[in-house]
Amino acid sequence: MSNVLLTVAGLGKRFGGFVALSEVALQIVEGERLGLIGPNGSGKSTLVNCLCGTLHNDSGQVTFGGRKLNGLSAHQRTRLGIARSFQLPRPFPTLTLAENVRVPILYTANIKRGRVVADPRQRCEELLDLVGLLPKANDKPADLTQIEMRKLELARAMASEPRLLIADEAMAGLSHQEVNDILALLMKLNGQGVTIIMIEHIMRAVLAFSQRLVVLVAGRKIADGSPQDVIRQPDVVAAYLGS
Amino acid sequence: MHNIRFTLLALVAAVVTFAVARLIDNAYVFFAGYVVLQYVVLATAWNILGGYTGYVNFGTAAFFALGAYTSVVLHKTVPLLPLPVMMLLGGMISGIIGLGMGYLTLRLRGTYFSIATLAMAVVAQTLITNWNFVGGSRGAYIIRPAESPLFAGDYIQYLFVIMLLLSVISVSIARAIQHSRLGYGFSAIRDDELAAEASGVPTLRLKLIATTISGGLMGMAGAPLPYYVTYLDPASGFSLSYAINTIAMPLIGGTATWFGPVIGAILLGTLQQLATVTISSALSLLLVGLLLVGFVIAAPKGIVGWLSR
Repeated sequence: MSNVLLTVAGLGKRFGGFVALSEVALQIVEGERLGLIGPNGSGKSTLVNCLCGTLHNDSGQVTFGGRKLNGLSAHQRTRLGIARSFQLPRPFPTLTLAENVRVPILYTANIKRGRVVADPRQRCEELLDLVGLLPKANDKPADLTQIEMRKLELARAMASEPRLLIADEAMAGLSHQEVNDILALLMKLNGQGVTIIMIEHIMRAVLAFSQRLVVLVAGRKIADGSPQDVIRQPDVVAAYLGS
Repeated sequence: MHNIRFTLLALVAAVVTFAVARLIDNAYVFFAGYVVLQYVVLATAWNILGGYTGYVNFGTAAFFALGAYTSVVLHKTVPLLPLPVMMLLGGMISGIIGLGMGYLTLRLRGTYFSIATLAMAVVAQTLITNWNFVGGSRGAYIIRPAESPLFAGDYIQYLFVIMLLLSVISVSIARAIQHSRLGYGFSAIRDDELAAEASGVPTLRLKLIATTISGGLMGMAGAPLPYYVTYLDPASGFSLSYAINTIAMPLIGGTATWFGPVIGAILLGTLQQLATVTISSALSLLLVGLLLVGFVIAAPKGIVGWLSR
């Protein structure tokens, strides 16, 4: 068995009387590609927020690389190696693309393991080149198209040199070709050794990408296994299509 | 290295400014120049929090007046203390208050934060007004030494030089921050705090740094005030016009760079001084209002933003 990177155990989160997550448990091994699906409101984004520290879980435990994360703030988790892209892109609008990517280099990559990125400028260019945005390095995010914005989001997440990347609906609203572009990009990142959790509604993309699929419905995990098995499971079909 | 060179250049500019003022040889130049320089410091300090980090502080007058009242207390208790030491202590008091204000950012953002800073200024003013030792609402009289302790000349020239040096220090700090890792962190917070956290920026710590530096510099700017006015009462020390001017100057000059507040303060400060002498002091505030409206409509990114279109 390869190394377990992330362990979620008995995770629960409530918003007032509404139970957003309950007893969610899951494990991810290093280098894995995990797809996380579920209908709207099933708690996917809440789970991401609890993993990244944007929200704090009420019960349960998240362990990342052998470290318990409870109580750590979002920036501390980013520094430990969890990066995310936001569902709606959230660039820094007054900074250029190069500067957008520079922030996580200065605040994460430079701090982890006590080393310093020798040439942040060059690293920015590498990252923008990776996602194909190098020609626009000096533009502001307002000049970008939707897909470019998603790519910037991924470049910024990668700039922190994460061990785990959580792509929260990185493809929503994109065209067929654009979905393929992002897919190829995520595969490339995975090839470099980054573990990836993909949250997605586009089934074609999820099935092409994931080695394993986890299904959330109403805050509970109802399925976990190989994609082909999971999508045939009766309660998954029922959750998506009704019974 | 760039920062040291900049500070040296700024010092040269300061020496030239002082030499020119000496050549003109008119006490009024020093009186008016002091106010303009004081606004350079205030506007620069405000911009570190308001412009770089995006938290609009309406409580400038409180930080400024607390610096001034620190000097009043020190003047009454240890009158022999040199002014620069008083300024350091005043800066520390206001810096600590700034740190406290920083914790407000945990819960309050945008307009709510601004209203809280305004409320904090009112609370501080009420406390000072009811503190008999510093004169309460009657105010405090400070007898200004006649001669400058450093060089041959009037004490007002000494105050002018002190404020000139403080301007150089503040502007150097602001410029160094703008081009540093800290500056990138501040911009990230201003643009999107959630995304900043996700990028590894320790937002709370950075906001505390910003409020502390900003408040501290405002306190240092206020510390020589009792010696300048020789009579300080809460109503004038905590005057809202300090807060308004200090916000208007960076907005007119441009908030994105260190340079904007400097231009704004010199321009608006000088105009106000001219208007005060030639027309009336009430008009100078009207001038601020009109200019502010004009700039918001015509050049929302200030003079610097307009020039670099």
